[in-house]
Amino acid sequence: MVAFWILAPVMVAAALGLLFARKAVHAALLLAVVMISLAVLYAVQDAPFLFAVQIIVYTGAILMLFLFVIMLVGVDASDSIVETIRGHRAASILVGLVFGLTLVLGVAQVSFGAPLGLDEANSEGNIPAVAKILFTRYVFAFEITSALLITAALGAMVLAHRERLTPKPTQAQLAAQRVRDYAEHGKHLGPLPPPGVFARHNAVDTPALLPDGTAAEASISRVLAARGTVKSAPELAEDVKALTEGDD
Amino acid sequence: MDVTPFIVLSAILFTIGCVGVLTRRNAIVVFMCVELMLNASNLALVTFSRANGNLEGQIAAFFVMVVAAAEVVVGLAIIMTIFRTRRSASVDDASLLKY
Repeated sequence: MVAFWILAPVMVAAALGLLFARKAVHAALLLAVVMISLAVLYAVQDAPFLFAVQIIVYTGAILMLFLFVIMLVGVDASDSIVETIRGHRAASILVGLVFGLTLVLGVAQVSFGAPLGLDEANSEGNIPAVAKILFTRYVFAFEITSALLITAALGAMVLAHRERLTPKPTQAQLAAQRVRDYAEHGKHLGPLPPPGVFARHNAVDTPALLPDGTAAEASISRVLAARGTVKSAPELAEDVKALTEGDD
Repeated sequence: MDVTPFIVLSAILFTIGCVGVLTRRNAIVVFMCVELMLNASNLALVTFSRANGNLEGQIAAFFVMVVAAAEVVVGLAIIMTIFRTRRSASVDDASLLKY
């Protein structure tokens, strides 16, 4: 029971954090907290098999899948605060509160009696006992889940597969395209300029300088520029000036 | 160990998941809230298994986990496909079937 009273507030807090987390990554990590705590609660309640399955399947597989998809979809794909239906948020919070209160009050008033405990059922060990039930009474359902898993795997492959609509350009075609771009738009033929190497900065977020002192747009990654993490040359010059003045 | 606190915790977690599904607009977070609801029901199943002294509840929880794994795989693939075509993971943007 000690484990329960320690973990229950943590779980509720993490679950509430799921509601308020701005970023999907934070929500995933909070969900991991809830799931690991749940695994411990399973272990406390004489279910060592489910403890292992919870850790392996939920925190190991499902949450990793969530994190991978967040990575693909974009880490900063945060929620929009705009309500599409007016009063929707207030109404759903109200409905949730009413639902939760009814559920909790209803459940709390039921007297479940003293728990029988699993000592007898687990007398030969939890895993053999679970296996005995799983492979006798529920063997058909167990076999059906294998069909379900195969269907799910195939479905995911079909959904995530991207059909190539145009043939892949060969190196010769790419070279020809590059020369054509040069002829038509005057685009530079050679490789892109590397980032700037200054006295204090030589990172990829530092633009190279052209002979006239302006930043070379092509020398920085488009992604970094879009995120706004690129330091402009005048800013760097200010930095250096502040530093040298400090020396004097 | 009493049964009621576990069931109440399960009810609270389920409610939080419910509110999350209703209020959050990011499809991935909505999905996480669905997972939270499944987990809450699993906790109730395991608790009732202990209360009744047989392992059927644990078997049910195990099946819920298997189905949840399959559901997550397909659901996330759908979210990815929608994101690829519409450049958005918001549940409000995927409303083509409405009209």
